[in-house]
Amino acid sequence: MLATLRRISALIRKEFASIFKDPRSRMVLIGPPLIQFFIFGYAATFDVKNVRYAVLDEDRSSESRDLLARLHGSENFECVQTLSSDEEIATVIDRQLAKLVVHIGPAFSRDIHIGVPTTVQVILDGRNSNAALIALGYIGTILEQFNRDLAAGGSAGAGGVLLEERAWYNANLQSRWFIVSGLGGVISMVIVMIVTGLSIAREREFGTFDQLLVAPFRPGEILVGKSVPGMLFGFLDALLFSVGAVWWFEVPFRGTITALMLALACFILTIVGVGLLVSSLSMTMQQALLGSFVFMMPAVILSGFTTPIENMPHWLQIGTYLNPVRYIIRALREIFLEGAGVPMIWPQLWPLLLIACVTLPAAAWMFRHRSQ
Amino acid sequence: MSRSALFLMRMRGFLRKEVLQIYRDPSSIALAIFLPMVLLFIFGYGVSLDAEDVPLAVVLDDPGPEARDFAARYDLSIYFHTHYAKSIIEAERWMTQRRVEGIVHIPQGFAADLLAGRTAKVQIIINGVDANRARLIQGYSHGILQKWTEVRQARGEPALRPAATVTQRVWFNESSISRNYLVPGLITLIMTLTGILLTALVVAREWERGTMEAILVTPLRRIDLLLGKVLPYYVLGMLGMVLSVVVGIFLFGVPFRGSILALLFLSSLFMLASLGFGLLISAVIRVQFVAAQISIVAGYLPALFLSGLLFDLDSTPRFIQIISYILPAKYFVTISHTLFMTGNVWPLLLPNALALASMATLFIALAYRNITKRLDG
Amino acid sequence: MGLGTADDQAAKSDIVLVVRHLCKSFVTKKGAPAQWALDDVSLEAHAGRVTGLVGADGAGKTTLIRTAAGLLLPTSGTVTVLGLDSAKEAIEIQRRVGYMPQKFGLYQDLSVDENMTLYADLQGVPMAERPERFQRLLRMTDLTAFTRRRAGALSGGMKQKLGLACALIKSPRMLLLDEPTVGVDPVSRRELWKIVYALVEKEGIGVLLSTAYLDEAERCQHVVLLHEGRNLDEGAPQKFKDRIRGRVFLITPPADVKPRQIQNHMAGQKGIIDATIRSGRVRVVTEHGWGAQVAETLPAAWRPHIREALPQFEDAFMALIPRRQGHFQIDPHPAVRKGLPQDEVVVQTRGLEKWFGAFEAVKHLSFEVRRGEIFGLLGPNGAGKSTTFRMLCGLLSASGGEIRVAGHDLRRSGAQARAHLGYMAQQFSLYGQLSVAENLTFYGRAYGLGDPKLRERLAWADAEFDLARWRATPAGQLPGGYKQRLAMAAALLHEPDIIFLDEPTSGVDPLARREFWLRINGFAEQGVTVVVTTHFMEESEYCDRMLIMSQGASLAMGTPAEIRKLVRTPDRPDPTIEDAFVALALGEVIPGGHAADNGKGDSP
Repeated sequence: MLATLRRISALIRKEFASIFKDPRSRMVLIGPPLIQFFIFGYAATFDVKNVRYAVLDEDRSSESRDLLARLHGSENFECVQTLSSDEEIATVIDRQLAKLVVHIGPAFSRDIHIGVPTTVQVILDGRNSNAALIALGYIGTILEQFNRDLAAGGSAGAGGVLLEERAWYNANLQSRWFIVSGLGGVISMVIVMIVTGLSIAREREFGTFDQLLVAPFRPGEILVGKSVPGMLFGFLDALLFSVGAVWWFEVPFRGTITALMLALACFILTIVGVGLLVSSLSMTMQQALLGSFVFMMPAVILSGFTTPIENMPHWLQIGTYLNPVRYIIRALREIFLEGAGVPMIWPQLWPLLLIACVTLPAAAWMFRHRSQ
Repeated sequence: MSRSALFLMRMRGFLRKEVLQIYRDPSSIALAIFLPMVLLFIFGYGVSLDAEDVPLAVVLDDPGPEARDFAARYDLSIYFHTHYAKSIIEAERWMTQRRVEGIVHIPQGFAADLLAGRTAKVQIIINGVDANRARLIQGYSHGILQKWTEVRQARGEPALRPAATVTQRVWFNESSISRNYLVPGLITLIMTLTGILLTALVVAREWERGTMEAILVTPLRRIDLLLGKVLPYYVLGMLGMVLSVVVGIFLFGVPFRGSILALLFLSSLFMLASLGFGLLISAVIRVQFVAAQISIVAGYLPALFLSGLLFDLDSTPRFIQIISYILPAKYFVTISHTLFMTGNVWPLLLPNALALASMATLFIALAYRNITKRLDG
Repeated sequence: MGLGTADDQAAKSDIVLVVRHLCKSFVTKKGAPAQWALDDVSLEAHAGRVTGLVGADGAGKTTLIRTAAGLLLPTSGTVTVLGLDSAKEAIEIQRRVGYMPQKFGLYQDLSVDENMTLYADLQGVPMAERPERFQRLLRMTDLTAFTRRRAGALSGGMKQKLGLACALIKSPRMLLLDEPTVGVDPVSRRELWKIVYALVEKEGIGVLLSTAYLDEAERCQHVVLLHEGRNLDEGAPQKFKDRIRGRVFLITPPADVKPRQIQNHMAGQKGIIDATIRSGRVRVVTEHGWGAQVAETLPAAWRPHIREALPQFEDAFMALIPRRQGHFQIDPHPAVRKGLPQDEVVVQTRGLEKWFGAFEAVKHLSFEVRRGEIFGLLGPNGAGKSTTFRMLCGLLSASGGEIRVAGHDLRRSGAQARAHLGYMAQQFSLYGQLSVAENLTFYGRAYGLGDPKLRERLAWADAEFDLARWRATPAGQLPGGYKQRLAMAAALLHEPDIIFLDEPTSGVDPLARREFWLRINGFAEQGVTVVVTTHFMEESEYCDRMLIMSQGASLAMGTPAEIRKLVRTPDRPDPTIEDAFVALALGEVIPGGHAADNGKGDSP
C-alpha cells in the first residue's frame, strides 16, 4: 500500500514537472483557454445589436417622423440610408447595405387620423434569419409603444391587448449569460482532454513509455497518476473561468458553491476517462490532438452550449443523452442563473457518473491492451 | 530536353506522388472527405436556431369566450405545444421543473377590459436562460396577437384597433429556416479545414519523415515545390466543397440561387487563400503537432466564431469586427450566403472577391518566400 | 593533401569536390554563443575513389555532406562540387549529384517502382532510358522481385538499397552518402559496399561517404578524420595504420582467465590508450613510446601470452582522437555483491512463442541465462530478437511458452518480477525536459526506494557516472555520452538483479561505446546479469554467451569461441563473429547440434 502510494506520488510529481517544463504543453494550457474565454465571451452572442436599416418614408408626416425617431433612438438600430423610391429597396438589401428596410406608405398618417388600421412594411434580409426575426421583434415592440402613446394622446382608439412580458432568470435577455455560464465546463473539458489526452501519447512518442511499463507500476497506478494532473488543471481552470464569468462578464451567480464544485468534479472525472481513452488509442501526440478534437467538436455542438438541444431532430436529441457535455452545461446554467443547489442538479450528475463508470474502466482496459 | 519539358516531367512526378499518397493514406481522405461530411451532418442536424413545439403553460383565469379564443391561437401555432394549467401556481411550478419554457397568463377581467375598450393585459413569462430562444418566443407571441387581431377584425368583432401593425416580408429565406444560412456557412469551415489543417499537416509530415531532405536535393525549384503542393490540395478541397454543396442542396434542401460558375470561381479564390495560409504555416513550422495546433487556433476557431457563420458579426464588439476583416472566412461566408440565397449579386460579390484575391496573393507570395531549398532557412 | 607528387598532379583533373576553409555555425538560441559544427575544414575528393569521412558523434560529418549537397550555406569558406559553388549554384549541383541522407526520404506509401519513377521524374531522366536504367539498378540492388512492394514494408537493408538506387537514378558524377550503413545488418552492409565499389570502378564516379563504423574506413581509398568540426588528419587508411606500428598488441587469455578480466586490467593501466576484446583475445593500443613497456604492466602469468599485432584503422583512430575529460577509468578490483548464489538461473524461457496474427515472430525458443552472465541476442533486422527481448522485459506478452525472470513467472506476477530488472531502451528514453536529478528521483521512487536509500543511490550515481555537475541540466540537453550514462544510471538505480539493454550502443560513437562496455563488464563482475541486443558484431565479443536468431528461430547459441568455431574452415582459419554471423545468416553453415545445445537443457 505504502509502495503503491509512493509510486503514484512519484508519477504525479513527474507529470506536473513535465507539463510545466514542456513549452508545447505550457502553450496548450495557457493560450487556447484564454482565447476561448474571450472569443466565446465577446463573439459568441446571439444578441442582435447595431442593426443597419434603411428608411423609405412616403408619408413624411409628423406621425411617420415620430415612429422613425423612436427607431432611431433605439440603441439596437443604426440608420444607414434614407431611400426615395421603391426600386432602391432591392439594391440596399441585395448588397447587404442594410439588414432591413422600414417602408411607411403614403397613407400612414391619413389612416391613423381617420381611425383605419394601417401598416408599416418591414423588408428583411433573411440570409441570417435568426438576426432578422429578432430585429423584427424589436420593431414590433417599438410599434406597440407607438400605438399605446397614440391611444393615450387620444388620436386613435384605445383598447386592444397588451402583452406584458417577463423573462425569468435573465430579465434583460442577454445571450452572453447563456454562453458564458457554460464556459467553465467547455474550457475545462478542453484542458482535461488535452492534458490527459497527450500524457500517454507524449510518453509513447518520446519513447519513455516502455521505460515506465518496465518499472513495477500496475496499470491502475499509472491511470491514477496520469489523471490527477489533468483533473487538477481542469478543475482550477473551470473555477477560474467561473470567477471570470462573474467578475468580467458580470454573469450572476445564484446557486451554491458546493453544487458548482460537485458538478465540475463529476464532469471532469468523466472527461478524464474519455481523455485517457483517446490517449491510449493514439501512438503520437498529433493523433491524440486530432482525436481529442474529433471528440470535442461534436460534443460541444451537440451539448446545447450554443444552440438549444430542443431544436434538434428527435433522434438526435436522444443521442445527446450520451454526451457528457450536455449535462454539465445544463447543470452550470441551473447553478448560475436559476440558483440551483445540489438536489436540483442531481438529475444531471448521476448520468455523468454513469458515463465515468464506462469510460474509466474502458481506458484502463485499452491502456493495458494497447501496451501489449 | 527543353526546360519546359523538364519542368513538366518534374511536375508530373511530383503530382503523381502527391496523388498516390493522398489515395493511400487514409488520414488525408479522412480529413478531406470524411470530416467535412461529419461536420455537415452535425451542423445540419444539430445546430438549429428555429424553435418549434416549445412547451408552454396556459393559465386561463378569465372564463370568457374571448380568452379561450385567444388561447386557442396558441394551440394552433406550430411553434408552441400548450399545456393548460389550473392556476398560475401550478404553471410556475412547471416552469421551475423545466416542463414548460413559458407561461401565457390570461388574467381575470381580460374579456371585460377588452369589451369595454380598455387595454386588456396578457402576461407572458419566459425562461430567459437561453436569451435567443426567449426572444424568438416573444416574437412568435407578438405574431399570434397580431393574427388574432386580424381575425377578429375580419369577423367584425369590436374594439380591437391598434393604429399601426407590421407587415413583414423576409427576403431570400422566406420561411426563416436557420439551416439555410448555417449550411452555406459551413462550407467555409470545411474548406478551411482542408486548406489549412490538411496542407499544414502534410508538409510538416514530409519534414518529420525525412522525405523533404531527399526532395530538396533534386533539381526541383521552389516554384515547383509550391505548385506541387497547391494543385493536389486545391483539387481535394474543391472536391470536398462540391460534395458539401451537393449534400446541402439535396439532403438539407438548401436553396441555391447563384450560378455554379460563380461558386466555382469564388470558392477557388477562397481555397487559394486558405492553401496559401496553410503553406505559410507549414513553411515555418516543421512539426505536425504544432502545425495542427496553429491551424486549429488560427484557422478553424476564427472561421467558426468570427466569420459571421453562426453569430451575427454586426452585433459583436468593435474589436471583434476589426479582427474579422483579416479573416478570409468572413468574406467567403458573405459570398456563400449570397450565392445560395440571393443569387449573383455582383456589386456585393466583387468587393469580397477582391479581398479574397488579394489575400490569396499575399499568403501564397509569403509562402513562396518562406519555402526554402536549404535546411537552415 | 597536395604533397606535390606526380600522381597527385595527374589526379587534379578529376577532382570532384573541393572544400576550402569551411566553417559552419548554428545559432541555437538568441544570445547563446554559436555552436561551431565545422571549424576551418579543407579537403578534396576525387573521381573513381571512395573518400571516407570518419569521426565520432558531433564531428561534423553530416553538416559537411549537407553543405556539399547545397542544403546548408557555409558560414565562411567555400565548397566546390564538380566545379560549381554550392552556395550559388545549388540547383546545378543537385542536377549532377546523387545524395542519400542518413534517413533517406523514401515515401513509405509508395512502391519501390513508384519511388524510383518519382526520383527519375524529378531528376529529368528521359523516358527512353528508364527501362534499361531501372532494370540495372534493381538488379544491382537485388530488388527486382520487390518492385511492387511498398517502401514501408521493406526491411531496413532493402530500404537503404532502394535509397541508394534512387540517389543513382540519373548516373550522377558524384555520390554523397551520409552514414549509409547505420542500423543495417552485416549481410546488407556487405552488399551495399559491393554496389559502391562497382560504381566507383565501372563508372568512375567519386563517392564521399561518412561512417561511424571504423572497420568501414578501411574500405575507403582516402580517409578524412573529423573531430569536433576539425580535420584532424587525412590520407590512405594504410598511412594511419603505419603510424602506430609497434603500438598494438594482442593478448591471448590463458585457459583459466576470461578475456574480460584482462581487458579490465589493461584498461586501467598507464600508457594504455585502448583495450578491447577481439575474437576472444584482448587487443591493446599503447601511447607513443610505451610499446616496449607494455608487457611489464601485465601480471607475470599473463606475460608469455602477449604478442605484437598488425595495426588496424580502429587502433589508429583511438590513438589519434584526443582523450575527453573525465575519461572513464574502471575500478580494477570490483567488489562482488555478497549473498548472491553464483551460477543460479535468473532468466529462463521454455518453448517461447509469439504470434502477430498469422505471423509467427518467435518460434519455440528456449534458453537460460545465469547470474553474472552477459548474454547477447543477435540477428539480422526482423529476426525476432526485439520481439524476444520485449517479451523478456514484460513489454509484450508471450503467445505461448513460459518465461521466468528472477524467479517470477512474468505472466502471473509481472509487477514483482519487474521490480528486479532494469531496462535501457534503444533510443534515449528519459524525460528530456526534466533535469538529471528529477529523472533519477522519479525512477528511484517508481521502484519504491525510500528517502534515505534514494539519497544513497543518487550519490552513487553521481560518483559512478560523473553526473554531479549535470544534476540541474535538462536530460535532453546532455551531450550524447552523458545521456547514455544517465539512462544507465536510471536503469541501475534500484540495484536490479538483471539489466536488459536494447541496442545500447546504436548511434553512440566509438569512444562512448568502449566506455560503456567497460562499465557493463564491471557490473557483470559484481554479479549483475546482463541481457543485451546489438548489431555491432564486434561487441558480441564482450558476451559470455550469445544466441543468434534468424526468422524467429534460434540459429546458434554458445560462447563467442564456440560460434567462431562453427565457421572455421581451412581458408578462414581465424573467423570473426561477423564472418560467423554472415555465414550463418546466409545459410552457408548449418550449425550442428553441439553449439546450440550447449547452453540449454531441453532443446527441441
